[in-house]
Amino acid sequence: MISWKRFLAMLHKEFLQMRRDPGTIALTLAMPLVQLFLFGFAINADPKFLPTSLVSGDHSAYERTLTQALANSTYFRFHGPIGEEDAAKRLARGDAQFTLTVPPDFARQIDRGERPSVLLEADATDPSAIGNALAAITAINPTVLNRDLPDVLRAAPVKPPFDVVVQRKWNPENLTAYNIVPGLIGTILTFSMVVVTALAVTRERERGTMENLLAMPIRPLEVMLGKIVPYIVVGYVQISLILVIAALVFGVPMRGSLLLLLLGLGLFIAANLSVGFAFSTLARNQLQAMQMGVFFILPSILLSGFLFPFRGMPDWAQWIGEMLPLTHALRLVRGILLKGNTLADAAPHLWPLALFVFVVGAIAIRNYRETLD
Amino acid sequence: MTDTDLAIDVRHLAKRFGDRKVVKDLTLQVPVGQICGFLGANGSGKTTTIRMLCGLLTPDDGEGTCLGLDVRRDAMKLRTQVGYMTQKFSFYEDLTVAENLEFVARLYDIPNRDRAINEMLDRMGLVDRADQLAGQLSGGWKQRMALAACILHQPKLLLLDEPTAGVDPKARREFWDLIHEMAADGLTVLVSTHYMDEAERCHRIVYLADGRLIVQGSAEEVVAQAHISTWRATGHGVVEAAKLLRDAPGIESVAAFGQALHVSGTDRDAVAHALEPLQGRDDITVEETEPTLEDVFIHLLAASGTKTEHAA
Ligand SMILES: Nc1ncnc2c1ncn2[C@@H]1O[C@H](COP(=O)(O)OP(=O)(O)O)[C@@H](O)[C@H]1O
Ligand SMILES: [Mg+2]
Repeated sequence: MISWKRFLAMLHKEFLQMRRDPGTIALTLAMPLVQLFLFGFAINADPKFLPTSLVSGDHSAYERTLTQALANSTYFRFHGPIGEEDAAKRLARGDAQFTLTVPPDFARQIDRGERPSVLLEADATDPSAIGNALAAITAINPTVLNRDLPDVLRAAPVKPPFDVVVQRKWNPENLTAYNIVPGLIGTILTFSMVVVTALAVTRERERGTMENLLAMPIRPLEVMLGKIVPYIVVGYVQISLILVIAALVFGVPMRGSLLLLLLGLGLFIAANLSVGFAFSTLARNQLQAMQMGVFFILPSILLSGFLFPFRGMPDWAQWIGEMLPLTHALRLVRGILLKGNTLADAAPHLWPLALFVFVVGAIAIRNYRETLD
Repeated sequence: MTDTDLAIDVRHLAKRFGDRKVVKDLTLQVPVGQICGFLGANGSGKTTTIRMLCGLLTPDDGEGTCLGLDVRRDAMKLRTQVGYMTQKFSFYEDLTVAENLEFVARLYDIPNRDRAINEMLDRMGLVDRADQLAGQLSGGWKQRMALAACILHQPKLLLLDEPTAGVDPKARREFWDLIHEMAADGLTVLVSTHYMDEAERCHRIVYLADGRLIVQGSAEEVVAQAHISTWRATGHGVVEAAKLLRDAPGIESVAAFGQALHVSGTDRDAVAHALEPLQGRDDITVEETEPTLEDVFIHLLAASGTKTEHAA
């Protein structure tokens, strides 16, 4: 028989315990709010105003009207005109999503009815970021240039008087695996490094072995390194596994230097380990450590540009995203793996990681106590 | 006595947690080679004091040395010369006995590691259990392993925090034989305990109440310093008499020892007066007796809080 009183006794006890652990309650309430907020406001799978470098051919009225029309579609935001080389660099570094190159004698060819081609190069490493923009440009109104055209050419065209050649750079077949692989490397490393380190140190505290460890002649840095190094090895094994499978099964190219990639990811691993260690100095038990880990990982996945295009997010979300190691790791891996980035191209993604390690690591070490005080 | 003969020499130690003072103005000197028993009710500050002595907690006030090393400034050096056995078992339960010892030996960089470990296993009778997981050992064996790990680096000062709590009497006895053996070799031991028989085996006893040192000295000195008078009542009527006596003026503690009742107070005449109603009863015999160490501690416990009922 189920006793009503015993049930109530149990219920009462559970509520009491729940009240003693406000962190868990806060988290269970905050989690859906954060998700709702991020999904509702921050995440926009239809990114607009994508930065586009303009490599100008002839500065003609036609060119101005064309870029104006594209800008009006709200998918493109033009930068320039700039030189070809600069534009290539901006695309490689991820500063621009597109490069629009207008040929030098654009106006003359149009006037002669020769249908010149403009070239739109797209950074296709994240296919979902460019899909709608590309649709917008191919659906461009054939009469867009009518106002400027000589009368003879204006008569009800079925096609615009020029061609748009789209070149999906680095991922011509538009494969999502190209985006998933860097994303997976990043998220898996984030998850395992942060949670595992946080738990490894908290476990010592929870089981009481920390007191013993502190009573013995070992320095905090020695404890930290001793705990972390095994997981760095684990991290690199994870990376290797993903890279091998990505190359063999999904045919993801490896265009850049593998060494640079591994070094850059080393920095990323260090960033995550410093977060894990910082959490372990704050968490009182393993459950709290786990909760903090989840709290860090969720925004990382949502705001880094892995699940949803980074440029689709409002400014405030992008600001948060810029502070997360995963954001930079994603750019780093995409850049090196898919675009063949060199050290110079990768530098803008490396220094934020280094800064992160420095700041968070300093906080962790400051919080770590050599005594039980 | 010169300072170098003192293994522990601390003055006016104090420790707060938040705004709660847990240890207050504690001055303690323990000569080299002595076994010092640390007594006091739960929460009286024993563990906190021990942690300050080995540099695990920084005192808010006071200063002093252990083994001539400053407890504040030389904490790291102190750690190499002190063995600290925590109140709660704090070695790795998912490592075997031998693996735990090896970890400790590596941390202390003990020369001839394997030999040192094997000798220690042998000495502690742990050879048969060397490959057992520490988590699967029973209480007594766990304590032994912890002790082995604490003395592996041959400390000069051993701090033991309730090392025999929850250990059976035989294992306790063996544990203490070991401690005496080591003290004979010049090791200084500070050991906290709740057991009277263990307190009696110490060269010196220190009693804490509410973070303050109340008495210290040899067992005889502590008994003499307490200035209490104790009467022993036996007979069928004592159980019911105990209730009456507990509230009687002048009686500060009433404790049952098996069939007998020990009644103590600092004012001899007041206790005698309170006991008068029992004198004539034929189911109770009352006689004055020498207070034992236990009577003294029950009295101290009662004095530090309210009157306590105590069954030994
Ligand atoms: N880290 C701490 N934070 C807050 N209070 C503590 C801490 N450690 C001990 N205390 C409190 O200090 C008092 C003395 O504790 P302790 O030294 O462990 O006593 P004992 O070992 O004699 O039982 C207790 O009331 C305990 O609750
Ligand atoms: Mg204690």
